[in-house]
Amino acid sequence: MTDLPRSQHVVASGIIAAVGLSVAWISWTQEPAAAFVFPRLIATVFAVLAVWTFLKALTGRTKVGAGLSGQAVRQLAPGLVVTLVYVFWAAQAIGFYTATALTVLILLVLYDPAPHGRAGTWAKRIAITAGFVAVMYGLFAGVLNVFTPREVFF
Amino acid sequence: MDFLFYMGDVFAPVSFALLLFGTVFGLILGATPGLSPTMTVALMIPFTFRLEPQQGLILLGAAYTSTVAGGAVSAILLKIPGAPANIATTLDGHAMAKNGEGARALQLSFLASAVGGVFGVMLLIFLTPVLAGWALAFGPSELFWLAILGVTVIGTLDSSSVVKGLLSGCIGLWLATIGFDDIMGAQRFIFHDAVAGGINVIPALIGLFAIPQVIAMFARGRTDPGAEVIAVRRHPIGSALRELLGRKAPLAIGTAIGSVIGLIPGVGGQIAGLVAYDQSKKFSRESSKFGTGHPEGIIAAESANNAMVGPSLVPLLTLSIPGSPTAAVLLGGLLIHGIFPGPQLFTNYPQVVWPFINSMLVGQVLMCMFGLLIAGLAAKVAKVPHGVMAAVVLGLAVFGSYSVQHSMGDVYVMATLGIGMYFLERFGFSAAPLVLGLILGPIAEANFIQGSMIANATVGVWNYFFTGWMNWVLIAIVAGSVGYSAWMEVRSRRYTSKEEMLA
Repeated sequence: MTDLPRSQHVVASGIIAAVGLSVAWISWTQEPAAAFVFPRLIATVFAVLAVWTFLKALTGRTKVGAGLSGQAVRQLAPGLVVTLVYVFWAAQAIGFYTATALTVLILLVLYDPAPHGRAGTWAKRIAITAGFVAVMYGLFAGVLNVFTPREVFF
Repeated sequence: MDFLFYMGDVFAPVSFALLLFGTVFGLILGATPGLSPTMTVALMIPFTFRLEPQQGLILLGAAYTSTVAGGAVSAILLKIPGAPANIATTLDGHAMAKNGEGARALQLSFLASAVGGVFGVMLLIFLTPVLAGWALAFGPSELFWLAILGVTVIGTLDSSSVVKGLLSGCIGLWLATIGFDDIMGAQRFIFHDAVAGGINVIPALIGLFAIPQVIAMFARGRTDPGAEVIAVRRHPIGSALRELLGRKAPLAIGTAIGSVIGLIPGVGGQIAGLVAYDQSKKFSRESSKFGTGHPEGIIAAESANNAMVGPSLVPLLTLSIPGSPTAAVLLGGLLIHGIFPGPQLFTNYPQVVWPFINSMLVGQVLMCMFGLLIAGLAAKVAKVPHGVMAAVVLGLAVFGSYSVQHSMGDVYVMATLGIGMYFLERFGFSAAPLVLGLILGPIAEANFIQGSMIANATVGVWNYFFTGWMNWVLIAIVAGSVGYSAWMEVRSRRYTSKEEMLA
């Protein structure tokens, strides 16, 4: 065992094993059986490999995968939260283009390395946001005729 | 010589404009570290919906070809490979750029890419119809084993852990069974309305390839790419061309190795570039110069990674088995236009498939011309902060997956699979076998069910699936790839253990 985070591997492979066993259980118990012949084949292999991976993690013999460092989690967490809010709520609730504009601007504020104190930084961020949304609107609404959920402002 | 008959279609105004756009766009995105060729092609699929099938494929094919070559720009000028396929190029390319020979390195890189790429596409042109003819003899049992072969070969060769690679493939195969069963109409694993109609391949591809890269960019925090773009001085193209033709050995080695490796499912451009670099170094009279800015290193690596592009599509077009993640994405591009690749493809859709292949041939020349012209611009794009790139890719992924069926369910599926894949990758799982499982799952299941029906009415399931030389060859390759990868994994662990003991 190298210096891989063992507890992280146990949790991750435990979740996969739980999914694998659930899939196998559903495959072998659901009816009509004829509809589940192929899933049973797959699910059995899935469950065996998932349990094997879990046991290897449990006994500290996992060799592959660097896991997540505390710093990486702290850095990705705000972006991930913004992504989740954008995808699972904002896009539908306030409209694609409004939600995209807000999301892009927030992500730029969070991850653009330019100093926050300068007016030029904010002008650049707003210009990037406006430019990107304009291109998206032109492409998807104008060229591809994609009808997106109703916007909250227009 | 059917391909010559359709050569004119590539030069139709719309098709040629798309080829140009795909080439330039692909070169710029290919030069951007973190944006892989697979992700670039996946993000472009939604833009092909309104196009004719051959036009859409021309756009995707051009993007695939040029992203692989474009990765050399950042490898040479920034010392950051644009894609894994360009890792070997960094070794000598950046050293040359630092010595003030950036333009010469770029010219050699694009010229070698074009030579390798043209050879690879010629191989695709001449091999594909022959293999398609053989594939006509395949029945359900062989097609079932072929689908399993596609998943296991990529699962074992493309992953650092055999078990996790196969497990990734199983997850993909399971995801493919979600939805209504085709024969009985029974519901299978429908745990949310978003997946009631099954998992659509395009949003899944976008999520699995784009979102992990977006989150990886988040994980870097508020950092600047930091690398310094090395200025490029003028260098006569004629002298680079003469130099390339004067260094035939690395060009031939790179092209040959790339072409062979491209034919093997699961072994990508990264391996092609590194193996070609290594072999050229072994056979070179100036092997000690490799790594210090030797042109032969660039020629070998770049001719190999582009020679691989054409042959990597042979299994896709003949057997509908994608040999690489990017080929899997191209399969998605074919499927949305109702075109199913396989032995009948050249008979049923010659007007689609030949212009597509021809465009890849013409695209190699355009890529070489435009690559040299826009290398400076592409290198500047590579310096765009990760935060900006992440926001743009996220927006494209959401709009692209929604536009497939105008469904928020597809956006949810895209995001869920993408976020899940990021965390799985951190623990050694791989997206490529999962995608292959998702795409090949329906092919495997349909042929398994069809084969079982035939078997039950004739010789029995065991005899049907486990007899016949073609079945046994395929089973042997499946077992061989699993066994070989497991052996290599154990061997590398023993080696590591010895190292650790010595340390």
